[in-house]
Amino acid sequence: MTDIDSRIDEDLDRRDSAPGEESITEHEPAGGLPGYLLGFGLAILLTIASFLAAQTGLIYQPAVISALVVLAIAQMGVHLVFFLHLTTGSDNTNNVLALAFGVLIVTLVVLGSIWIMGHLNQNMAPMSAHQAEMMP
Amino acid sequence: MLGKLDWSAIPFDQPIPLGAALIVFLAAAAVLGWISVKGYWPYLWSEWLTSVDHKRIGVMYIVLAMLMLLRGFVDAIMMRTQQVLAIHGPGYLPPEHYDQIFSAHGTIMIFFAAMPFMIGLMNFVVPLQLGIRDVAFPTLNSVSFWLTATGALLVNISLVVGEFARTGWLPYAPLSETTYSPGVGVDYYLWSIQISGVGTLLTGVNLVTTILKMRAPGMGYLRMPMFCWTSLASNLLIVAAFPILTATLAMLTLDRYLGFHFFTNEAGGNQMMFVNLIWAWGHPEVYILVLPAFGLYSEIFSTFSSKPLFGYRSMVAATLFICIVSFMVWLHHFFTMGAGADVNAAFGIATSVIAVGTGVKVYNWLFTMYGGRVRFDTPMLWALGFVTTFTIGGMTGVLLAVPPADFMLHNSLFLVAHFHNVIISGVLFGAFAGFTYWFPKAFGFRLHEGWGKAAFWVTLAGYILVFAPLYAVGLLGMTRRLQHIDMDIWAPYLKVAAFGILVMIAGAACQITQLVVSIRRREELRDDTGDPWDGRSLEWSTASPPPVFNYARLPQVENEEPYWTVKQRALEEQSPADEESYEPIEMPRNSPTGFITAFFSTLIGFALIWHIWWLAIVGFIGAYATFVVFAWRDHGDYEIPADEVARIDGERKAAELAWLRRRERVA
Amino acid sequence: MSDATGAFSSDIAAGSATSDAYRPGHGHGNAHGWATGHGQGGPASKFVTVAYGFWIFLLSDIIMFSAFFAAYAVLAKATAGGPTGKELFDLTRVAVQTGLLLTSSFTGGLATLATQRRSMAATQFWLLVTGLLGAAFLFLEVQEFAAMAAEQAGPSRSAFLSAFFALVGCHGTHVGLGLLWLGTMMAQLWVKGFRPEILRRLHCFGLFWHALDIIWVAIFTLVYLLGASS
Repeated sequence: MTDIDSRIDEDLDRRDSAPGEESITEHEPAGGLPGYLLGFGLAILLTIASFLAAQTGLIYQPAVISALVVLAIAQMGVHLVFFLHLTTGSDNTNNVLALAFGVLIVTLVVLGSIWIMGHLNQNMAPMSAHQAEMMP
Repeated sequence: MLGKLDWSAIPFDQPIPLGAALIVFLAAAAVLGWISVKGYWPYLWSEWLTSVDHKRIGVMYIVLAMLMLLRGFVDAIMMRTQQVLAIHGPGYLPPEHYDQIFSAHGTIMIFFAAMPFMIGLMNFVVPLQLGIRDVAFPTLNSVSFWLTATGALLVNISLVVGEFARTGWLPYAPLSETTYSPGVGVDYYLWSIQISGVGTLLTGVNLVTTILKMRAPGMGYLRMPMFCWTSLASNLLIVAAFPILTATLAMLTLDRYLGFHFFTNEAGGNQMMFVNLIWAWGHPEVYILVLPAFGLYSEIFSTFSSKPLFGYRSMVAATLFICIVSFMVWLHHFFTMGAGADVNAAFGIATSVIAVGTGVKVYNWLFTMYGGRVRFDTPMLWALGFVTTFTIGGMTGVLLAVPPADFMLHNSLFLVAHFHNVIISGVLFGAFAGFTYWFPKAFGFRLHEGWGKAAFWVTLAGYILVFAPLYAVGLLGMTRRLQHIDMDIWAPYLKVAAFGILVMIAGAACQITQLVVSIRRREELRDDTGDPWDGRSLEWSTASPPPVFNYARLPQVENEEPYWTVKQRALEEQSPADEESYEPIEMPRNSPTGFITAFFSTLIGFALIWHIWWLAIVGFIGAYATFVVFAWRDHGDYEIPADEVARIDGERKAAELAWLRRRERVA
Repeated sequence: MSDATGAFSSDIAAGSATSDAYRPGHGHGNAHGWATGHGQGGPASKFVTVAYGFWIFLLSDIIMFSAFFAAYAVLAKATAGGPTGKELFDLTRVAVQTGLLLTSSFTGGLATLATQRRSMAATQFWLLVTGLLGAAFLFLEVQEFAAMAAEQAGPSRSAFLSAFFALVGCHGTHVGLGLLWLGTMMAQLWVKGFRPEILRRLHCFGLFWHALDIIWVAIFTLVYLLGASS
């Protein structure tokens, strides 16, 4: 084997991190096992909060949807930071930019589709009362 | 045992497809026989079919694209002649066959001619321009190519076995559902596009990674050649858009195979959702095709004007602007579906705004030529033909972007003329320009100029003769995809268009002649220097054809035009070459993985089209086994020793030196 | 003058002796002080390149999911007189599934830590736990699908159920393929040890597994919790 790139213990270039690679810098909130434990704990708490928000009357009913979305985004953030080791450091710029591009496209596709399809449904040709009853 | 497949799948009663299939079969058999007789198989297998060299793969992509371009062109000829012969009459193509032809024309031209051509050029050029030795994942590159070839093969099998889709190049639901399209046509479409789509997606991942992570030392982002920038944007769009196509076609597949109700008429299915999702891919796809062409036009304008590209940074900004905004305009493909005024207005404005990015580019190209010493070689002619005709196509596009105008013009031949106007000028002329421009780099000799110029002028004339009348007849109310015509007022326009296609046939004949003549007279067209056009970017600094490792030592980049700067400095200082030391180079080993993957994916695709479930399972097991065998291999690389590198690089230097001496003698 | 052409290439090549795309570990040993990915330091190391390529692939995968999410959002009310999410979804099962997948993401992280220590036994153990948790998740999902199909609430019942089965099934298929990949890789690791290319693949698997968990967060929120509460 001539290929001797093992990255983890030799000649690690701190200026350019692979996605998901843990590099202990000032940007990383917690590394190693404590980092994973902290992330795991936070994710469990957020999951429980989501289930409680949906199942109990603790939250004002019309706000449940917003609460769930906020909790989900928070949990995704926890995963990105503690499990995928995404940081704001310059070694991670490329990785974060790629992620931002992906998030932008996901947002455009999902929200755009909902907006467009909502309009198309609303502007459908008028229906008779019988047809309207058959509508889902 | 064989699912839905039996003898009735072969169209014995239809002479046209059967005859066409027979000709294709005989031609293929003749080529294969010739290869066998000449004993070229070992060479072909070890040097091409299993090659993971980005240059070889690029060439194979372009060969595939040219074959498919011819196939799609034959479909176009049939459509134009049918419409002339079917004025007050049936013509020679029955409706069910005519529908297959326009569907196959669009599908083949976009997925198997335009895409492979652009991907082939990017594959060949991008690593050379970045000053590196190969793409990030060479074996994956080979797999991508072979998956694309599989898709093309499946589409062409449909000529003989069964039928092709009659649903247009995008199979709109519910027409494409089993209720209205019970045959295998749509299934051929679905599986060939899915399989080649995976290949395209992997190419996108590969080239994005290559451009962002593997540039030569010193090549910061703002020192990359324009073609690399537009390739980056195009491949980002591939990565972002093709998954949407995969998902949408998967939903249609689920509808057809497992009785789902995404787009059906019953049980709450929503046909407009199909149109919405497919165009969320479809509009970025337009820019996936045209952005690499924009990049190579930039290279050509700069090289043949003997000037640096005007407004490099604004060009980069315009490229990235187009990359993002192309995801915000997709509704303009279905303004008339009833979205209402505010949605239509928002997408109409976004569509007009995206033209600004292209406008910036057009002005930059004009200013690049301004004050330059412009040379009118064939690539430059294609580029000039592009700027003039593309601007017209762009303007009709802005017209169509206005929703009220679109309500008048949608589904007419005006629309057909518009998108052919932009795609032929933008992509096809770009493909020919890039082909002529980089051909000497790939093979070490130029293409014949005289035949090239003839091909350009004849093709341009034919192209205008076909599509100018189609614009006009569209304004007269002729809708697209008509199998027969009852309006006398349209007849003269259709006849001019049919004459135009004859001229385009002459243009294609010139292209083929150019290739044949150039290969026969290659010794007198030979280019020893590696720099036939007085180029400015790195690819011209290595030999033609480049050695397998591209660069004996990775270049050190100091500005936007590294080769030009160094060339001028060397000519001024007349500095002699210093003694260089070479190091051994590791290169990826060739691998049959791609070819074998294609074999199994052809099996899978064919089996799923015809519901031969056991064969599909065999195919999947084979594909998995291929994957494991590849993952298990111990030696992915081989080493080229330093003295071998020195010998190859020495040959290049000797050739360059000889050329310089010849030039001195002339001077 | 006569040697000028030869000089072009030697000037271009100057200073590149230590950076070679196929000599990983040398690619970033340069004097420029720029990060390799976004600056001018030459090709990045193979580890960074492979992981970045996989990262881009994952983004494309997530965009594919977004199309399924969009279809689900549009079709969620199109029950065609059939059962709704409120009637069908069993949140206890979803909570167990969520716990299983989250824990497997965590144990996947522990496997990464074990790999960093080069401990074969610990790595294999945590990979096995990760795989078993994933398999348990998949088992519950298959059970749910089978139960729904038995109640005449299969994917052909309504557009809502089509979108539901496609979205959740697509995630399940990813988990299944991940398990196949994991099993193959554990065998390979056992036979070949901590080779560079195996380390790269283990890293990519980690990215894949964490990404699947992120997608599951979106699924249990948008599909199950919202579906059961509205």
